[in-house]
This record gives sequence, C-alpha cells and structure tokens, in this order.
Amino acid sequence: MKKKVLASLLTVAMAATMVVGCGSKADAPADAPAATDDAAATDDAAATDDAAATDDAAATDDAAASDDAASGDLIKVGIINNDPNESGYRTANDKDMKEFFTAENGYEASFAYSLKNDEQITAAQKFIQDGVDYLLLSAADTAGWDSVLQDAQDAGVRVILFDRTIDASEDLYEASIVSDMAKEGQTAVDWLAGQGLDEYNVIHIQGVMGSAAQKGRSGALDEKVAAESNWNIVTQQTAEWNAEKAQQIVQSVIDSGEKFNVIYAENDDMAKGAVAALDKANISHGVGKDVIVMGFDCNKWALEELLAGNWNYDGQCNPFQAAYIDGIIKTIESGETVAEKVVVMDEKGFDASTITQEDVDTYGI
Amino acid sequence: MANKNKSIGAFFSGLVKQQIFIPLVALLLLALFNLIMDPSFFKITLGYNSVGDPVLNGYLITILDYGSELAILAIGMTLVTAASGGQDISVGATIAIAGSVILRLLCGGQTTTDTYQTPLIVAFLVAVIVSMIFGAFNGALVAYFRIQPMIATLILFTAGRSIAAWINNNQLPIVNVESFGYFGGYIPGVPIPTPFFIALICVVIIALVLKFTNLRLYTQAVGINESSSRLNGLNPEFIKFISFVILGVCVAVVGLIKVSRLSTINYSVVAKDIEMDAILAVALGGNALSGGKFNIWASILGAYVIQFLTTTLYKFKVQSDALPAYKAVVVIILVVLSAPIVREKLASLGKKMKTKEVA
Repeated sequence: MKKKVLASLLTVAMAATMVVGCGSKADAPADAPAATDDAAATDDAAATDDAAATDDAAATDDAAASDDAASGDLIKVGIINNDPNESGYRTANDKDMKEFFTAENGYEASFAYSLKNDEQITAAQKFIQDGVDYLLLSAADTAGWDSVLQDAQDAGVRVILFDRTIDASEDLYEASIVSDMAKEGQTAVDWLAGQGLDEYNVIHIQGVMGSAAQKGRSGALDEKVAAESNWNIVTQQTAEWNAEKAQQIVQSVIDSGEKFNVIYAENDDMAKGAVAALDKANISHGVGKDVIVMGFDCNKWALEELLAGNWNYDGQCNPFQAAYIDGIIKTIESGETVAEKVVVMDEKGFDASTITQEDVDTYGI
Repeated sequence: MANKNKSIGAFFSGLVKQQIFIPLVALLLLALFNLIMDPSFFKITLGYNSVGDPVLNGYLITILDYGSELAILAIGMTLVTAASGGQDISVGATIAIAGSVILRLLCGGQTTTDTYQTPLIVAFLVAVIVSMIFGAFNGALVAYFRIQPMIATLILFTAGRSIAAWINNNQLPIVNVESFGYFGGYIPGVPIPTPFFIALICVVIIALVLKFTNLRLYTQAVGINESSSRLNGLNPEFIKFISFVILGVCVAVVGLIKVSRLSTINYSVVAKDIEMDAILAVALGGNALSGGKFNIWASILGAYVIQFLTTTLYKFKVQSDALPAYKAVVVIILVVLSAPIVREKLASLGKKMKTKEVA
C-alpha cells in the first residue's frame, strides 16, 4: 500500500513537471517550440499550446499595428517565418526582420511563426484578410502554397519569398531572396586556392548528405580537387553537422598518421570538433600554423576563434535579408518592375588575418 | 591422442558455454582482421597535446576513449534489460538533458563563462539527480503502469532533446575553463584518456554493489519470472524501477563526459543514436534481450567491441553515414544466433559431433 502511494506520488510529480514545462512554454511564446530540429518532438498538447501562443503573439502584434495605422501612411507587411529557435541562423534572421520593419523605416509589421506548413498557410490567409500590402514568406515546406498565393494575388497582396523557395508558379510572387550555397562553397574554395600552398591535403567534413548546404559547399571543393593535381582529399566523410562525429573522423586520420594541412568543415560545429581532435594531438592550427581550419555559418563564437587566429576562414550564410526585401518593396512602390525574380544575396567569407572586432559584432549570429 | 582431443573439445565446449565467449570472439575477429589488413592499427605513440601534457595516441587509445562512454551506459542498460525485459531508448535524449543541466549551472545562464558560476561537483550532482528523476519517470511507467519499456521511453526519446534545449533557453553555452575539459580529455600528466578512468570507477562501484547486495539475484529473479519472484517475497516493481534509476546515474556520468569533450553542447545531435549502441553492447554481451540472467562484464566488453568496430570502419574510410548498416549486420547475426530455434539446431549439431568423437 505504502509503495503504491509512493508510486502515485511520483507519477503525479512527473506529470506536474511536464505540465510546468508546457505551462511556461505557453507563457513565453518565443520559447514555445523548443525543438531544435524536429517538430515531431513536441507532443500534441504542446503543439496546441504553440499554436495558441502564436495566435496570441499575432493578435497582440495586430493590436499594436492598428494603433500605428492611424498615425500615417505605413506600408503594411505580414511576415511569416520559421520558428526563431530553429537555429542560430533563424534567430539572427528574425532579429534582423524585427529591427528593420519598424515604423521609423515606414513599415507596419505583423509576425507569425511556425515550423508547420499548414499553420503558416492559415497565418497567410489571416494576413490577407487583414489587408496587408506585402506578404513576406519563409515557407516551412515547398509544396501547398499555390491556392493561398492565388488568393493573395486576387486580393492585391504582393508576395516576396525570403530564404526558402517554393514549388509554385513564378507569377504568384514578386521576388525570391535566397542564399546561393554553391557560391558560398566557391568563395571558400577560391579563398583556399589563394593561400598558395604547395600541396592541399584536405580533410573534408560534410554536412547531412543531400541538404542544400552540403551539396553547394561540397560541389565547389569536389570540382577543384578533380581539376588540380596538387589538391588531394585525405578523407571525405559526413559528420551530419555533428561536432562529436567530426572529432572522431579527424582523430581517425591523425591516428593513421596521414599528412593533411586543410580542414574544410561545412559548418562551425564540425570545425570545432575537428579542432578539438587537433588540440589533443598537438597539431597547430590557425593563421601561419600547420593546418588551415575552415568553417561556415559565421556563428559569433566561431568568428571569435578567427579573431584569435585559431581558425583561418569562415563563410557566411547570410541571414540578414530585410534590407534586400526593403529594396524590392521600394522598387515596386515607385512603380518600377523588379528586374530579377531570384535575388541572390551577397555572402562574405571572413579571413582570420583581416577580420575585425566590428565584423564579429556585425556578422556574428 | 583421442583422450587429448576429447579434453580440448571439452575445454572449448566449456568456453563456448561461457557468456563472455561471444564478445571475446568478436573482439578477436576484429583484432585479427586489423592485424592482417594493417598492423599499424595497434601502434601507440606517446606525444604531447597543445597544452604540453603527455598523451598517448593511436587507434587503441581512441577505442579506449570513446568505448568508455558506451561501457558506462552498458552497465545501466544491462540491468534495465535484465529486470524489465526491455530497453531504454531515451538515453541519448537524457544525456542531452544531463549535459544541458551541467552547462546551465556552470554558466549560470550566460552564453559563455571563464569561471565556474557553480562549483563543478554541485553541477554534476544536480545533473545526477535530474537524470535519476527522468530515469524514475521511465521506471515508474514501466514498473507501475506496466507500459512496454520501449514505448514508455519513447516519450523521453522524442521530448528529451526539446527539454534539454528548453533548460538553456535554446542557448548553446560555452565553458572556457581548462579544467572542465579534463573529463572528456586528459588530466595533466596522465597520458591515458580520463573517460577510461571514469568507466573504471563505475565498473568498480557496480562490482562492489553486485558483490555485497542482492541486486544481481533479485534482478535475475524478476527478469526470469516475475510472479514467482513475487511469491518469494520480492517486489518486482521496485526492482524494475530501481534499474531505471541506476541507468539514470550512468546517463548523467556520460552526459558530463560528452559536454566536457567540446565544452559545449548541441541538443539535436549530442549522443545521437547512442542508445542503439548501448543496446547492441548488451546484445553483443550475450545477454537475453528479453530479460533474466545477465553478465555485466560481457556487456562492458561488448561496448568496447562496438567502438572497436566503429573505429575500424572509420580507419578504412567507410562513409560514416553507412556505419549503422554495418552495425545492423552485427545485430542480424546476433539476433539470429540467439533465436531459440537456431540454438536448438546448434546444440543438436554439437551433440552429433560429440557422439562421433566418442565413436
């Protein structure tokens, strides 16, 4: 009997923690779907909470927005984005949007967030009903957008895509602002070629195979290695964006005693794992050292490593799209037509020997 | 001559009957394979790391290093398997939670820190308690609510990484304190990786527990026949429950090693799929996955064998996303070998051979 009581007490305690977990999620919409990678991780109850939270957030934003509407000719934009907690990239992207689309810059913005396509479509319908001038969209999924975008067109709402493309007719949107992953890879490989080493023995650590970032960033290097006789791949392995796996892969090369002088990791996390393995084996890395370390994504901590000279290069995946969108809106508002449907953003590559603290603060995500 | 043959045969059949035989053979096969393909696999060199401390390098050391995490998990997983006849698939997610708790306390909610905001031992103990609570949650579902272990632990398997991210407000804290790296790296002056010593401590503790308590007897009794163990005055629910709590402790220890390796964490990928390796270690140790009798030493050896396999595959530059396929082959062989119908066939085959020998 006593043990049964104990058991039920424990379960109640467990249940309570779960409820507390969900409860505080609902309180703070920004934290709501804490899932970093999988929407499936949130159970149904949490999902309802999330939806409610998103609605609440949207509602409050709308209220604030209608106050502003009375005060002047602001351009009304409805912004549909993925959850800011998805990744550091998304957090930076959302922050940029929030900071740019303000009343001072002539905008009245409403936001809606979801990692689920159907919730995003619902939000889009709501924005169309609210009569926004522009719908800015980073779609969770490429399919299923045709009918809602048709509605938008019929209602005179102009659509601009950012970051993600969709499978819909080009007539349905004004422009699409994207990162060119292949160009990111090319910039990095060109930089590496510019280092003028006699021989390039590269450990190539790839991201999740088949992802856009992996394909683009691998493509440029593969081409270069095939074209040049003094470029060799020591090992080419996927670490699936995982620092630990990258560490094991590099450890394995070190154990084998093979010579290498470049680590080309397709994101910062994997570069960090690789560096941990180098440190363990006392292989010097960084500016003017034995091994060149390259990463991607420009996380703030990674740029700090560059600043300290421990890494050599970091390629940007530009999350700062607001200014590009602004340019397009300004073009349309002035009555001109947008020249290019697909706008590829400028993306920088940072070299450890030229990076400044200012760069770290501006571009670090 | 015939007599001698017989005694050798008896010796071998005795050895084959030993549970530790399976992982031992697997280990020997792998070692032999590497010896033939490339003897330099076994080379160990003494070098210095970037801070100037002596460290041993080589594939065997790497196996010792990464296999130790798995060995610690194998201890807990063996007990859970034996008592409940099922496996905990949430260990990877719970490692993320334990790691997240440690980082949260060490960083005190900041994204980066140069000093411990909380004493390390406190952070670790809190992580142990948290993971014991999550273990207790799994244990309560399995023992008292009689939910299939794999289904019960599926809850944390799916939710765990989100909880881990939530603990740190989705920040990825970085601890810039040198001594924090000791647990997943090297203690200055000691050239053997620390995880091995941590695993050794865990092994000694569990050995003492098994020797001086009735844990082994009770766990096996519950695993073999729950109702008869109840009739004999045991409390099967509590035994199952406690096995999950013990696994929780193991998970916290591995969580510390994991976050120490890189001084940070990535919730979505830390210790990914480690539960499968841990379960495989138990299976490779010849333990029945349906519960009952167990041999913890065979599981621990099994853990190192799996790391041996992983490292070998890395050495031969097998694509790392293909690794699970190779492990799957091992699983298939083990499962087929342990199937009752195959065992019967093998036993009858053995008998035939024996009768021939006698004749």
